[in-house]
Formats: sequence, structure tokens, C-alpha cells
Amino acid sequence: MNDPAEIQETLRAVGLSVGYRHVGRKHTFLAKNLNLVLNRGQVTGLLGPNGSGKSTLLRTLGGLQPALQGSVTVLGVPVSGRNIRQTARLISLVLTEKIDVKNLTVFSLVSMGRYPHNSWTGRLDKKDRLIVGKSLDQVHLSGFASAFANELSDGEQQRVLIARALAQDTPLIILDEPTAHLDLPGRISIMHLLKTLADETCRSILFSSHDLELTLEVIHALWLLKKGGEFLTGDPATLMKAGAFEQVFSSEEDPAGQEAIDNYFSGLRNKAAR
Amino acid sequence: MDKRSGTVMLMLVGATLLAFAGDLLFGSVKVPLGDFFRLIQGDENSNLTYILWQIRLPKALTAILAGSGLAVCGLLMQTLFRNPLAGPYVLGISSGASLGVALLVMASSWFGGQALVHSLPYGHWGLVIAAMGGALLVMLLVIMVSARLTDAVSILIIGIMFGSATGAVVNVLQYFSDPDSVHNFVVWTFGSISGVTWSHLALLAPLITTGLLVSFILQKPLNAILLGENQARTLGIRIRSVRLAIITITSLITGALTAFTGPIAFIGVAVPHLARAIFQTSDHRVILPGSILAGSGLMLLCDILAQVPASNQILPVNTVTSLIGAPILIWVVIRSRRNRNSIQT
Repeated sequence: MNDPAEIQETLRAVGLSVGYRHVGRKHTFLAKNLNLVLNRGQVTGLLGPNGSGKSTLLRTLGGLQPALQGSVTVLGVPVSGRNIRQTARLISLVLTEKIDVKNLTVFSLVSMGRYPHNSWTGRLDKKDRLIVGKSLDQVHLSGFASAFANELSDGEQQRVLIARALAQDTPLIILDEPTAHLDLPGRISIMHLLKTLADETCRSILFSSHDLELTLEVIHALWLLKKGGEFLTGDPATLMKAGAFEQVFSSEEDPAGQEAIDNYFSGLRNKAAR
Repeated sequence: MDKRSGTVMLMLVGATLLAFAGDLLFGSVKVPLGDFFRLIQGDENSNLTYILWQIRLPKALTAILAGSGLAVCGLLMQTLFRNPLAGPYVLGISSGASLGVALLVMASSWFGGQALVHSLPYGHWGLVIAAMGGALLVMLLVIMVSARLTDAVSILIIGIMFGSATGAVVNVLQYFSDPDSVHNFVVWTFGSISGVTWSHLALLAPLITTGLLVSFILQKPLNAILLGENQARTLGIRIRSVRLAIITITSLITGALTAFTGPIAFIGVAVPHLARAIFQTSDHRVILPGSILAGSGLMLLCDILAQVPASNQILPVNTVTSLIGAPILIWVVIRSRRNRNSIQT
């Protein structure tokens, strides 16, 4: 799978700047001039403190928000807000919004993943039903097809949303903090599910998280985004050795806290060395 | 649609047809069931034929148009704003219509139009045009503003503000008007479906049916919106065009209905909940036709009950829709809470 000859890139961003547009005054840049690549069958984790622009970066890559500069392509096709149906066939997103719709079955919800592919009625053909069934299988929820989605546990709901993304059948899946609302077992199972899915379905998976240790367990590549727009990427172990985490998570406002942060990361480094 | 929904849908069709027949038969003049089919052919030139063709039939058809139109608008608003309390009137369109009527009924009396105004019956074209003008004005404002806004909640707030502002103007008009004009206006706000004639229906029916047909085209985006607007966009739904379409349909239907029948309470908010509870789903492919049927049936039922049994009195339709509808909805809420399925959007 990870034979270098077979690695194939799904997403490429060149000279990408993300942030917010304002009318009549300067744009707010959260990160400038990023050059990013995502590979097939690989899980990439995006870590960074709150306010560093993780969500903004993910939303920009996913085509929900326009880039301030630069371009994003998936399989060579430019991602734009203009042709969102085409974008929806290339990238599926799992956002942080929880399921708050009542009386909607897991099957109906997951079958919405077929919307970018089917007609205006949203009617499922045989192939669509097969894909929806397989997606439920892949997240271990095949027995829950006719359950109401809002009555499931938080972890199960997250798996439903991931199944919806799988049913969308895109080369790239982006998840914004998929473990945010979950308890520890839920976090562990979602993280490992993402890794398994990348292996089994050969898709690129990109997610943001605050669960540092769990993230390091499952990812192939790491993106670090610091407040102020500094961006580091590379092999997780190398970045760890180089002290990249201390740098990214340093807190200038709180020098006393900084010592604790440094200790935490040196502890992690020692653990990794052993 | 699964098997259960299909069966329930057929039962609803049956119930609505029964209510339709009932609405034709019952009233201050009783139509004997045996004579019904002979009379409805219209060969005979009797009073009963006239009552059936010129009064009961237009009224029953109006009940169907009003019931289905308001129910669908309520459903669209509840889905768009993800708010179980939203209804057809949250955009302020009906307040615009009442402003038009208030101006006609009350303000015109200041300019010597008193005699004319006091004799305006329900469904008079003057009233209809005034109401439509008011509705159209607010509708254009709402559409113009919502085309610029990025989130749905701001549209909801602005719709409610439009409603309050026009309501305030109406209050000012009432304050400075003579009691007769105020009375005329208040009677209009009770709502009535009996003033609608065939010539009104020729305009009303195509407007409502167009709105309903377009809402069917929107069933897929509506389902996607249940997951949130951003999530809908990631599924390839053009959320801004869809939102504009939803607002335009709702304005069109509520504007047209309010112009001909006055505001009708309750149906729009209650029926979508009723449909969700009956069909146990939020899937618009099911509850859109379900709301149309339940809305028509409920409105027909209310109209039958508005003809106070064994008397010549007719209650204002607003009081009946609330009196009948509120207990039904309370029952639905309590029953579904017990089943652990709450019935919000």
C-alpha cells in the first residue's frame, strides 16, 4: 500500500492563503502561502492550538470557503465554490455540527451521501443502495440501518456521519475534529476506524484534532499549524524529535504554563525514544 | 417510500376525500345523500344545485388549497430555519397583506370612501388587490434582503421585524379610525374561506399549485438542509438558490392565500408536526405529500365544524382551526413523547 511507487496524490494546494475576506478593509490572513499535498491511502492529522485556523484551512480545502490566494486541486480538478456539485464528488466533509434532526433513519441519512451522484429526486438505484450498505458495513453499523440517527450514542452518530462521507464515494475525506464530543473509548475507536478506512478504501483522509497522542498513533503524515500562520509538515517522528510541537503549542501569554507544556512534550519524546 | 408510509398515505387520501364529500353535504342547507349525484351533475336548475356549485364546491376547493398551501409553507419554514415553531407567517408576508387591507378599510374612510368601504364583502376584488399589494411589497423586501444575507437565522429575525413594523402601522391606523372600520378590519383578520368564488379560484388555484409543484422539486435540498446548511453545501446543494426558492414559494403561497381568505391560524405550524408524527419520518419525500394531504383534510374538517351544527351560524375559520388543531397537536406531542420520539424538525 505504502510502496513509494504506488503513492499517488489526491489533493494539491499551491501558494494557498486562508482567512476571511472583508469588504472595505484588509483581509484577515490566518495562514499564508501554504503548499500542501495529500496522498492516496494515507491519514493526515492537522494539529494546532485553538484560533490557529485549523477549521478555516479545512473549510477552504473542502471548498466551503474561498481561498484568499492560491489554488486547490483534487485529482487535478480545481476546487471552487462555483461548481459545488463537482466538488462534492471529489471531497466529502464531516463537520462538527451534531445530528439534531429527529425521525430520520440511519439509512436515510447515509443515503444523502449519494446526493452529488443521483437525480433531483434523490432516488437510490441498486448501485446506490449497495454503496450505502457497504458504507454502513465499513463503520460497523449495518445492524442500525433502520434506527433513528438522533437516538444513537455520540460515537455511533459520528460513525453515521463518517458512513455518509464514505457513501459520497470521494477520493478525499476531510473531518473537522471528529473526536470532539466523544469519551475516551469513542475517541480511540474513531481514530483507528479512520486508519482502517484509509488502508481499506485507499482514500486520503485529513482530520483536525486536539487528541495529540491518539492522532500520532494513526497518522502517516502530520500538519502543524501555529497561531500566526506558521506551518510545519512532515514525518511525525522527525517533527517530534526536532521539537516542533513545543514551538507550535507554545503559549506566549502564559509563561508559567509554557514550562508545563515543555515538560509534557519532552516526556512524550522520551516515551517515543523508549 | 416504504410500505407503511404508502399504506398511511392511502388512508390519508381516503380521509381527505371523505372530508371533501362531507364538506359538500353539510351546511345550513342539508343536501340529501341520495340526491347528491343527481344534483352535482347540474342538469336540474334548483336552489340545491346552485348551493352545491356556487357555494359549497368553491369553498371546499379553497379549503384544500389553503390547507395544503399553508401546511407546505409551514414545513418549508420549519426546515429552512430548523425551528419547530416556524410557520408560514414568520416572513411577515401576511402582515403585509393585513397592512394593505387596513389601509383600504380604514385609511380610505378618511377620504370620504366610507359608504363604499363599509359595504365591502369578503373576497371583494378591492380587498384582494389591497391584500396582494401589501403582501407583494413585504415579499419583495424579504427576498431582496435575504438575497444579501448569508445565514438563515438573520432572515427569520428580519421577517419577524417586518411583521412587527407592519403590525405597528396597522395599530396606528386602528387607533385613528372609526369603530365601524375597525370592526370591518377585525372581521377580516378572523379569516374566511367562504368568500372565494370561481373567478377568484381561477387566479388562486394556479398560484398555489405552482408553488406546491416547485416545492416537490426541492425535496432533495430540503432533506440535505436537515443536516445543516454547511453540510448541505458539501453534498453539492446550492444553498443560496435553494433558500431563495423556498422563500419565494412561501411568500407566493401565503401572499395569495391571505389575500383571498385572510390569515388562517395554526394549520401551517401544526400540520407538519402532525405529518412527522403520523409517518414517523422527517424525509421530505414522505412528509411533503403527507403535509399536503393532512393539511387539506384538517382544513376541510375545520370548515365542516365551522358550520355550527343545526344552526345557520358560521364560526370564523380561525377560531375553529385553533380550537380543533390545538388539542390534536397537544395529543400528538404527549403521545410521541411517551414513545420517546419527540416531534421536532
